[in-house]
Amino acid sequence: MLLKFATKLSSFGAAALLLAVAPVSAQLSNAGQVSSTEFNPAVSLILDGRYTDYEEGLSLDLPGFIAGGEAGLTQRGFSTGHNELAMSANVDDRFYGQFNAAIVEHDGATELELEEAFIETLGLGNGFTVKGGRFFSGIGYLNAKHEHSYDFVDSPLVYQAMVGGKLADTGVQARWLAPTPFYMELGAELLSGETFPGGSTEDRNNANAAFVKWGGDIGDSSNWQLGLSYYANEFEGREPGGHHHGGGHEHGHGGGAHLEWHQHEGETDLQGLDFVYKWAPNGNPKERNLAIYGEFFVRNETAHVHAAEGAEEAEAELDGEQTGYYLAAVYQFKPKWRIGVRYDQLSADNAFNGFVGDEDGNGTALELEEFEEETGLGTDHADDPTATSLMLDYSHSHFSRIRLQYTDLDTGHNHPGEVSSGSVVSLQYLMSLGAHGAHSF
Amino acid sequence: MRRFLLWVSVLFLAPTGGAVAQLDVFACEPEWASLSKTLGGDRVDVHAATTAFQDPHHIQARPSLIAKTRSADLLVCSGAELEVGWLPLLLRRSGNSDIQRDSLGYFMATDVVDLLDVPAVVDRSMGDVHAAGNPHVHWDPNRLLVIAQALSERLQRIDPQGQAYYAERFLAFEKRWQAAIPKWEQRAAPLKGQAVCVQHTTWRYLADWLSLNEACDLEPKPGLPPTAGHLKHILQIAQKEKPIATLVAAYFNPRSAEWLEQRSGVPAVVLPYTVGGDEASSDLFSLYEQTLSILLEQAKLD
Repeated sequence: MLLKFATKLSSFGAAALLLAVAPVSAQLSNAGQVSSTEFNPAVSLILDGRYTDYEEGLSLDLPGFIAGGEAGLTQRGFSTGHNELAMSANVDDRFYGQFNAAIVEHDGATELELEEAFIETLGLGNGFTVKGGRFFSGIGYLNAKHEHSYDFVDSPLVYQAMVGGKLADTGVQARWLAPTPFYMELGAELLSGETFPGGSTEDRNNANAAFVKWGGDIGDSSNWQLGLSYYANEFEGREPGGHHHGGGHEHGHGGGAHLEWHQHEGETDLQGLDFVYKWAPNGNPKERNLAIYGEFFVRNETAHVHAAEGAEEAEAELDGEQTGYYLAAVYQFKPKWRIGVRYDQLSADNAFNGFVGDEDGNGTALELEEFEEETGLGTDHADDPTATSLMLDYSHSHFSRIRLQYTDLDTGHNHPGEVSSGSVVSLQYLMSLGAHGAHSF
Repeated sequence: MRRFLLWVSVLFLAPTGGAVAQLDVFACEPEWASLSKTLGGDRVDVHAATTAFQDPHHIQARPSLIAKTRSADLLVCSGAELEVGWLPLLLRRSGNSDIQRDSLGYFMATDVVDLLDVPAVVDRSMGDVHAAGNPHVHWDPNRLLVIAQALSERLQRIDPQGQAYYAERFLAFEKRWQAAIPKWEQRAAPLKGQAVCVQHTTWRYLADWLSLNEACDLEPKPGLPPTAGHLKHILQIAQKEKPIATLVAAYFNPRSAEWLEQRSGVPAVVLPYTVGGDEASSDLFSLYEQTLSILLEQAKLD
C-alpha cells in the first residue's frame, strides 16, 4: 500500500505510551469525586485475541476485486486481533477530540496504526457538526463503527472488497441534522483519497463522500434507520495488496506468479444503501433484543491497468462494475447470550478495453486471458464470492465478550489444485478496559 | 447536490409560524418529564426519551432521540452517569449548542442534591457502580423538592417571559408536595425497619427515606444480572431476615424475584418505579401513593 500510516514501534514503546497517558486520567472532577467518565481524556483499551482455523492456502482472494486496505483473513492459529487504544475528551466547550490507534502484530513486528485522530465541533448550532482529521467515513451503516462493536469477528465481504475493510481517510466532514420530528441527517466529506479504494494522488484532496440517513421509532419496541451513501475518488496509481491486522498479506492473485501489476489514472465511485431494524420488548434491550441489518453497494471503476511478467507486458483500460451486499440478523435470546447469522455475496463485471499485449499468440507479451487471470480482475472462469456466517457470543458484562464464529467461505475461484473455498472457525475475546463510551445505534 | 441542499434548507429552515413558542424539553426519564410538565405547564413541550419499562442504563442513542435533541431547549436528566451510555453521544450528535454540558439548557437532577453511596474507590470488578453516587434520586421526596426548585429556576432563566408563570407553578407544586410528605410518612410509619429484598440499587433513596432495611440485592454486583449461585446465597438471607417483599422495578424481568418467591415465600413485587410504570402512577403524587399502597399491602399493615 502507498498509504503507510503505520509506524513501527516495539511492544515496549507501546507499553511506554500507555504508561505515559495513565497519570493524566487521574484527574478530579469539579465535584471532588473521581468519575470514570470525567477522566480527561477518557482512555480506553480494547483487547482482542483470536484463534482461527481454516485450511492452509485459503485466502480472501476475490475474483474481479483488487485487494486493498485491511482486507484479508485473520492469520491461522493464535493471533492478536485489533487491540485498540483510544483517547477522547471534550477539548473545551466547543470542541471534542478523539484519537484511536490499533496496536497490531504484523509479520512479526508490532505496529501502531493510526485509525482515527479527529476533532469535532460540539453544539455548533442549527444541527450542524463539523469534523476534521482522520476519521471513519460516515458512509454505510457499519463503516463509522469501531470494529470492537461489530457483531461478527470480521467485516462483511462487501466491506473487505469495496473499501478494504473500512473507509478511513483524512479530510473534513460536515453534517446537518434536519429539524424534523423524525431523524434525517445529511453529511458531506472531502477526503484525501489516499486510502483504499483510492490510491496515490498528487493533491491529497481527491475523494469526496456524501450520505443521508433517515430513522425513527415504530411504537416503543422497534426502531429503524435507512441510509444512502456516495463516495468517489480519482487516483494516480493503485497497487494490489491488502494487509490484515494479525494476518498475512492478500495479493491481487494468490497464485504466487511473478506478475507485477498496477492501476493508474483511475476513478472509483461507490453507491450504497443500508438499513437497520432493531427490536426489543418495550424498547428495553437488556433482556432480549433483535437487530436485522443489511447493506448493498455498487462500485464503478475505470483505470489504466499495466501488468508485466518478466519481459512480457500488457495493458488495458479497465471498466468495471462490482456489486455486493450482506444481510445480517443478531438476536440476544437471554441476558449475556447472542446468536447471529450473516450472508455475504459479491459480484464483479469487469470489461477490458483497448487491450495492448499479445493479440496473436506469438508469445512476446501477455495474452488477454492471462492478463485477466493473473491480475485477478477477470471473472470469466469464476463464480460470485459468497460467505455464510454463524456467530454465538457471550458477554459477562458490558466490558467483556467471548465469541465463536463459523464461516463457510467460497471465493468463487475455480483453479484446480488451489484452495478456493472452505470453512473458517474463529474464537475471539474482546475486552474493554478503562472508559467505555456509548455505542452508536 | 448543492441545489438539493439549498432546496432542503429552504424547506426546513423557513421560519415556523406559531402563536406561543413553547420551550422544547427533552427529559431522559419519565419522572423528569412529569416534573417538567408540572412546573412548565403550557409553556413547555415535553418529550420523554424513555418509558417506565425501559432501563435507563441501557438505552441506545437511536435516531429518534438524536432528532429530539436537535430541537431541545432544555435537557432534564438524572445525571450521575445514569445516562452515560447514551446521553453523551446524543449531545455530540445533536448539533445543538443550547443543551451542551454546562450550558443553561443542561439540567442534571443529581447536580443539585447530595447523593448516597458515593464510592471511595471505583473498580470494574465492583460492577456498574456510579462513581458520583446513586442516581435514582426521585425516590426521596425531600431531594425531589430541591430538584423541583432548581428546575423551576432554570426554566425561569431560559424563558424569562414566563418567570411569573413558572414561579407560581412551583409554589403550587411545593405547597402540595410539602403537604403530602408528612401524610406519606405517617402512612408508611409501619414500614419502618421492615426488611426488603431489592433488584438493583434502584430503591436506595426510598429505603433511606422510609427506613426500610435493604436486606438483600438479587444482583450480585450492581448492573450484573442475578446468578444461580448468588440467588442461593440470597435465599439463605431471605429465610433469616424474612423480608416483606422483593422490590422489582417495572423495567426488570421479575423472573429471579419469582424464583425467590417460590422457594422462600418472599413475594416478588413489581413497583412502578417511575411515572407510567402502572396505570395508577400518572404523575409523581400518584406514583408515591401507589408505591406506598403496594408496599403496605405486602406488609399487611394497611
